[in-house]
Amino acid sequence: MKSGRFWAWVTFILGAAYFFIPLIATVEFSMRMRRGTYSFDAYKVVLGDDRFQATFGYSVIVAVFTILLGVLIVVPTAYWIRLRMPHLRPVVEFITLLPLIIPAIVIVFGYIRMYGSNSPLPFLGSTRGTDALLIIGYAMLALPLMYRAVDTGLRTIDVRTLTEAAQILGAGWATIIGRIILPNVLIAVLSGAFLTFAIVIGEFTMASLLNRPAFGPYLQNIGANRAYEPAALAIIAFAITWGCMSVIQVLSRFAPKSANHRN
Amino acid sequence: MSDLSLTNPAVAGKTAPPAGARGFRLPTQWLGVAPFFIFALMFLILPTGYLIVGAFQNDAGEYTLENIVALSQPSILAAYWISIKVSLASALIGAFAGLAIAIAIVRGGLPNWVRATTLTFSGVASNFAGVPLAFAFLATLGRLGLVTVILNTVFGVNLYAHGFNILSFWGLTLTYIYFQIPLMVVIITPAIDGIKREWGEAAATLGATQSQYWRMVVIPVLWPSFLGTVILLFANAFGAIATAYALTGSSLNIVPILLYAQIRGDVLHNPHLGYALAFGMIFITGLANIFYIWFRTRSERWLT
Amino acid sequence: MADPFLSIQSVNKAFGQTTVVENFNLEVERGEFVSFLGPSGCGKTTVLRMVAGFEEPTGGRIFVGGKDITFLKPNQRNVGMVFQAYALFPNLTVAQNIGFGLKVAGVPKAEADARVAEMLEMIKLPQFGDRYPYQLSGGQQQRIALARALAPKPKLLLLDEPLSALDAKVRVSLREEIRAIQKRLGITTIFVTHDQEEALSISDRIAVMYSGKAEQVGTPFEIYNRPATKFVANFVGTLNVLEGTVSDAGAGKVRVNSEEIALKGKLNGSKTGDTLSLALRPEAISLGRRPGNDASLSGEISDVHFLGSVIRVRVGVGENSISLDTFNSPTTPPPAVGEKAEISFSSGDVLVLH
Repeated sequence: MKSGRFWAWVTFILGAAYFFIPLIATVEFSMRMRRGTYSFDAYKVVLGDDRFQATFGYSVIVAVFTILLGVLIVVPTAYWIRLRMPHLRPVVEFITLLPLIIPAIVIVFGYIRMYGSNSPLPFLGSTRGTDALLIIGYAMLALPLMYRAVDTGLRTIDVRTLTEAAQILGAGWATIIGRIILPNVLIAVLSGAFLTFAIVIGEFTMASLLNRPAFGPYLQNIGANRAYEPAALAIIAFAITWGCMSVIQVLSRFAPKSANHRN
Repeated sequence: MSDLSLTNPAVAGKTAPPAGARGFRLPTQWLGVAPFFIFALMFLILPTGYLIVGAFQNDAGEYTLENIVALSQPSILAAYWISIKVSLASALIGAFAGLAIAIAIVRGGLPNWVRATTLTFSGVASNFAGVPLAFAFLATLGRLGLVTVILNTVFGVNLYAHGFNILSFWGLTLTYIYFQIPLMVVIITPAIDGIKREWGEAAATLGATQSQYWRMVVIPVLWPSFLGTVILLFANAFGAIATAYALTGSSLNIVPILLYAQIRGDVLHNPHLGYALAFGMIFITGLANIFYIWFRTRSERWLT
Repeated sequence: MADPFLSIQSVNKAFGQTTVVENFNLEVERGEFVSFLGPSGCGKTTVLRMVAGFEEPTGGRIFVGGKDITFLKPNQRNVGMVFQAYALFPNLTVAQNIGFGLKVAGVPKAEADARVAEMLEMIKLPQFGDRYPYQLSGGQQQRIALARALAPKPKLLLLDEPLSALDAKVRVSLREEIRAIQKRLGITTIFVTHDQEEALSISDRIAVMYSGKAEQVGTPFEIYNRPATKFVANFVGTLNVLEGTVSDAGAGKVRVNSEEIALKGKLNGSKTGDTLSLALRPEAISLGRRPGNDASLSGEISDVHFLGSVIRVRVGVGENSISLDTFNSPTTPPPAVGEKAEISFSSGDVLVLH
C-alpha cells in the first residue's frame, strides 16, 4: 500500500512535469521579446494587431453560427430518436461517429470538389456561400461531441413522460421542444457548445483550404513569420481552451441529476 | 434486477408504439429526423463518397485501380509510413502513460484534489491541439526553446548536436503525446473506476496474489477499453495536420500534409491520385475505428 | 467453549482519531453461524474485514483453529467471503468464477472441474456454467458468489450483507438456502447484517453491535426475549416503552400514568421515587383481561392497522402509546378507534430498562 502510493506520486509528478514544462517554457519565451528583460511586449503586439482582431472576431462569429447549426440539427434529432424512433438509434450513432473516422481534411477536400462554382450547388462561388460551407464543416466536426452531450442530457430526464405530460396539458410541438425539452437539456447543450467553441476557434485545416480569414490560418501565418508572438498566441489559445473547459465544469454542477443513472 | 423505468433504453424501445401499427403516420415520423439525414448525406456521406469513387476512376471517368496502385510510389509510401509510425508511436506512448496516470489518480491513494485537477487539466489539454500546441513545443524544444537552452547551458547537453530535431519523427511524436495522454486519461478513467474494489478483495480471499489478480481479472477487463482507446488515439493522430504543419511546415512529409499540398496546388499532377490519397486515409482510420467500435461494445458488455 | 474455532480477543480498531471498534471479544465454535447485527457505522463490517485481513487491528488478536492470523495477508487466510455487491469477475464465466480459487491454488484441472460442477449442483444452477455474470439476476449472482467462496473449502465463511441488494422475496429464499448449505457443510460462518429479522431467523448466535462495541452476544431467543441493554431491546423487534415511577420499592410497585402495577423482584435496586422505563413486546400484551395476566392498564384505542392474519392495535395510556397484536378472527370485527380499552399482560414479561 505504502509503496503503491509512492509510485502513484512519482507517476503523477512526472506527468505534471511533462505537461507544465512546455507551458512554462512558452510563457518564458513569450516574454523574451525585449532584449535582456522580461516584458509583455509580444502580447501587446499581438493584441494590437488589426489582423488578430479581425480573424479572431471572424472565428468567434463562425463558432457562434456553428453552435446554432449544431443545436438545430442535433437537439430535434436526438429528441425524436429517444421519443419515437429508438430503432434508428444505432444508425444515427454510427453517422455521428463518422467524423471521427473521416479526417477533416478529407471532408473539406470533398466539399471543394463537390460544391465548386461550376457545380449545381455552387457554395464556393460566393464569399457568403464559402462561409456557410465552413460553418457546415465545423458543425460536422463538432457533431460527435454535440450529439453525445445532448443525448446524455436527454437520458437523464425522462423525455417520454415530460412530453406526454406536456401533451395532456395541451402543448404543441414547438412549445414542447422550446419550453420543456430545451430548458431541461440546456446544460448539456451549453457544454457541447463550449466544447465546439474550443475546437472551432483555432481550427486550421478547413479554414485554410476554404481560404477564409479565420484565426487558425492567422496563427499559422504568424508562426511562419515571427519569433515571439507565436508563443504569446499559444498562451492566449491555451487560456481560451481552459476558459471553455472551466465553463463546462461549472455548468455540469447545475445539470439535472437523474434518479436512474449515477452519471 | 427488475428495473422497469422508462428511461431504460431497451425497455423504452419495447414500449414504443410499433411503427407499422400506424403506417399512415410514417411520413411525419420521418420528418423529425429528415433534416439530420439530409445534412449528413449532403455534407458528410456524398462528399466522401465522391472522393472514394474518384479514387477508382481515371480522367475519362472509367473505373480503374491505377490510382490505388500509384499510391505505391516511394514518396507516397514514405508519407504513409511516417504517418503510421508517428500515429502509432504517439498512440502507444500516450496510451501507456495515460493509463499509468489514470491508475495513479484512481487507485494510487492520492488526495482527492489530485484526481479532480488531473481530470480537469486533461479535458483542457486533450483539446489543446493544432497550431498553438506547435508554438508551445517550439518554445520548449526548438533551437531557442527553454528546455534546449537550459540543457545546454546548465547541464552541457546540446540536444541538437545529439541529432534531436523538433522537426523530426521524435519531435512530432513528443508533441502529439501532449494531447494523446490527456485524451487517454479522459477515456480510460471511467473504465478504471469500473474496476470494483471488491473484485480485488474477493480475489484475495480466494487466495490470489496481487499479480494473479491483475493477470486474471484487471488486465482482461481493461484490455478492450485500452486497445479501443489506442485505436482511437491512432486515428486522432493520423488525421491531424495543423500541429504538424505549423511545427514543420512541409519539411516532414506526412500524408495529411501531402494531401494538403495536393489540394492547394495539385503537386501530384493527377487529381485522381489525390482522391486515392484521401481514400487511403479513410481506409486506414476506418479500419482502426471498426476495431474501436468492436472493442467498445465488448468492454461495455462487462462494465454495465 | 473449551476450544473455540475462531477467537477474536480484545480487538480494537481506530482510523486516525476515530475509534470504530472497541475491545471486541467473541469466541465462535466450529460449525457455528454467528451474525453481527447493528445499525450502519456500528463497526460490524470492520470486525469482519479484520477477520478477512483487509484491515489490521490497532490492538488485540484474532485466532483461527488456534493459529494467530492477526497480521496474515488476506490471500493466506483461507477464508471465503461474499460481498453485498456480488463482486463476481465480469470477464469470467460462472464456472471460471467458481473455479478461480482452485485455479490460483494450482488444483489440477479435472479435479477443479469436478468441484465446480459439485458447487453448481449445490446452488441449484447446474446449467449456468457457461454464462457470464451480466446475464444473471442478482439472486443468481449472489448464489454464484457463495459457490465461488466455498469452492476452495475455506475454514471460515464471511458474509458481508449478502442479501441487502436483493428483492424482498429473493432475500428470504436465499437466506434459507444459505443456512441450509451452511448446516450441510458445517462451515463456521460470520454473517453481517443490519436487518434484525434476517439475523434472528438465520443465526445460532447474534452479536448485537453499537458504536464499536458488542452490546450483547446470545442466541436469537435470548437477544429477543432478554435484551441486556436498552439499545438491544429497541433495535431488535418492536418494543413498547412505558415511563413509570417507583411508588413502593419494597413491594415492587410501579406507577404508570395513574395506575399501579406490581413488578416483584424486577426492580433490582431501584429506590422509591426513581423513574423507570418498562418495555413490553406487542405480542405479550392482550386486549382485555386474560387468565395469567396479573397486570392491567386502561386507555383508549387510537389506531387500528389491519395486517392480514394479525391486527396491530395502538392504545393510548396517558402519555404512553402502546402497540399490541391480536389475531384476526373472521367472526369478530376489529376494535374501533376511540373505544375505551383495557390491556393486560404478565408482569413476568415486563423488561425493566435502566
